[in-house]
Amino acid sequence: MSRSYDRALTVFSPDGHLFQVEYANEAVRRGTCAVGVRGKDVVVLGVEKKSILQLQDPRTVRKVVMLDDHICLAFAGLTADGRVLIDKARIECQSHRLTVEDPVTVEYITRHIAGIQQVKEKSTIRYTQSGGVRPFGISTLIVGFDPHDTRPRLYMTEPSGIYSAWKANAIGRSSKTVREFLEKNHKDDLTRDETIKLTIKSLLEVVQTGAKNIEISVMESYGKITALDLSQIEAIVQEIEREKEAGKTLDVICWWKLLMMRLEAERKRSRLAATAAGQAAMASRAGDSAAASGET
Amino acid sequence: MECSFALTGKGYVLIAADTTAARSIVKMKADEDKIKSLGPHLLMAYSGEPGDTVQFAEYVERNIRLYQIRNLYPLRPASAASWVRRALADSLRSRSPYSVNLLLGGYDTATHAPSLYWIDYLGTQAEVPFACHGYGSYFALSLLDRYHDPEASLEEGLATLRRCIDEVAKRLVVAPGKYKVKVVDKDGVREIEL
Repeated sequence: MSRSYDRALTVFSPDGHLFQVEYANEAVRRGTCAVGVRGKDVVVLGVEKKSILQLQDPRTVRKVVMLDDHICLAFAGLTADGRVLIDKARIECQSHRLTVEDPVTVEYITRHIAGIQQVKEKSTIRYTQSGGVRPFGISTLIVGFDPHDTRPRLYMTEPSGIYSAWKANAIGRSSKTVREFLEKNHKDDLTRDETIKLTIKSLLEVVQTGAKNIEISVMESYGKITALDLSQIEAIVQEIEREKEAGKTLDVICWWKLLMMRLEAERKRSRLAATAAGQAAMASRAGDSAAASGET
Repeated sequence: MECSFALTGKGYVLIAADTTAARSIVKMKADEDKIKSLGPHLLMAYSGEPGDTVQFAEYVERNIRLYQIRNLYPLRPASAASWVRRALADSLRSRSPYSVNLLLGGYDTATHAPSLYWIDYLGTQAEVPFACHGYGSYFALSLLDRYHDPEASLEEGLATLRRCIDEVAKRLVVAPGKYKVKVVDKDGVREIEL
């Protein structure tokens, strides 16, 4: 019987789950990792790039895309679903400009995307609430700047249609590890370089192959987006590795010092013990000799 | 009455449009910009039914921008002109057609060639070395026939444009007072004081 609950999206299981949505979450967990970090006046998106095949054109595989002049999006999950959602978002960005002569705010477009993912409202196709369709198997990170504002923004959306604002967050494969790393290492008011470094550092937690499988996009102010090239990322990765090495040697030095101190202490203790024993021996010998002299 | 002129030269397209917004016989505004930049190397002058013009121009602007965001490169002038023509032709066959006349000038960064398209509200499109819309065309076209030079420098092009504007001011009863002039070349789009 329980099988029928996971077929239709419109049917709850007795314990209140929508299985299709949870399967979509699973698709996200299998997707490549994406990280977003907000700094003081910069916001950085980093994604894990799958290694492309030898004969493939790398330009055709994109995980960070522009929605409008001032908004970028990274996603994890089913790429094909992502493409559809991104196109809808891009149309909405232009449509919004056409109707109100203003660019969208980051929250507006996030809400729109989450709305499509949840889908109750106006849209003609109803993804979560009609038969025969499935939810989008993607989570997204949306970053950008609101018009006439200098504060960077970072939002996340999920297959269920939830959206939320973050200081730093990760989605996709091993996102839990990365999020925990970010929780430990994120500070408010990071500078540009610190933000980029933290993004790469957190990605390196799950990307073993290093710089060549990392893609970084930096947004510094309204409409100013740059993608770091491989050499720049490599330089930062090397810097991070050097720091790690330095940390290690520091550890070795500490350990060596501790050992020496312990040895020293040990030696001192044994020396003291030896002296004490010597003195005791001398004292007992003196006693002996006294007794001997008494005897005589 | 509304007038717009455009001409190509060596590596550039010049577009001029009057700046009056009129209703019936009344001038409502004298500094209306009727030339929109549709991309880094694309300009469009529009004239016709007030309201229709702005509505259609904004529609085109947003769609051309959408293309650029979707594909990471802008539409080339020839393709943009075709798209605009098609949009007008579709509109003509709808319940409420736009009555808008256009001059579309662009610089193709791939071939390094300037190009100019004349499009009217019936969806007629022609690639031309120079073009006009409005009553000004009755005076300017013959001047352009005589003086246009596809190899002219920007200064020479501006001089030819000035001739057209002066002739229209001299002969046309309802000549517009002021014009806005824009140029598109390899460096992009910019406005020029005549």
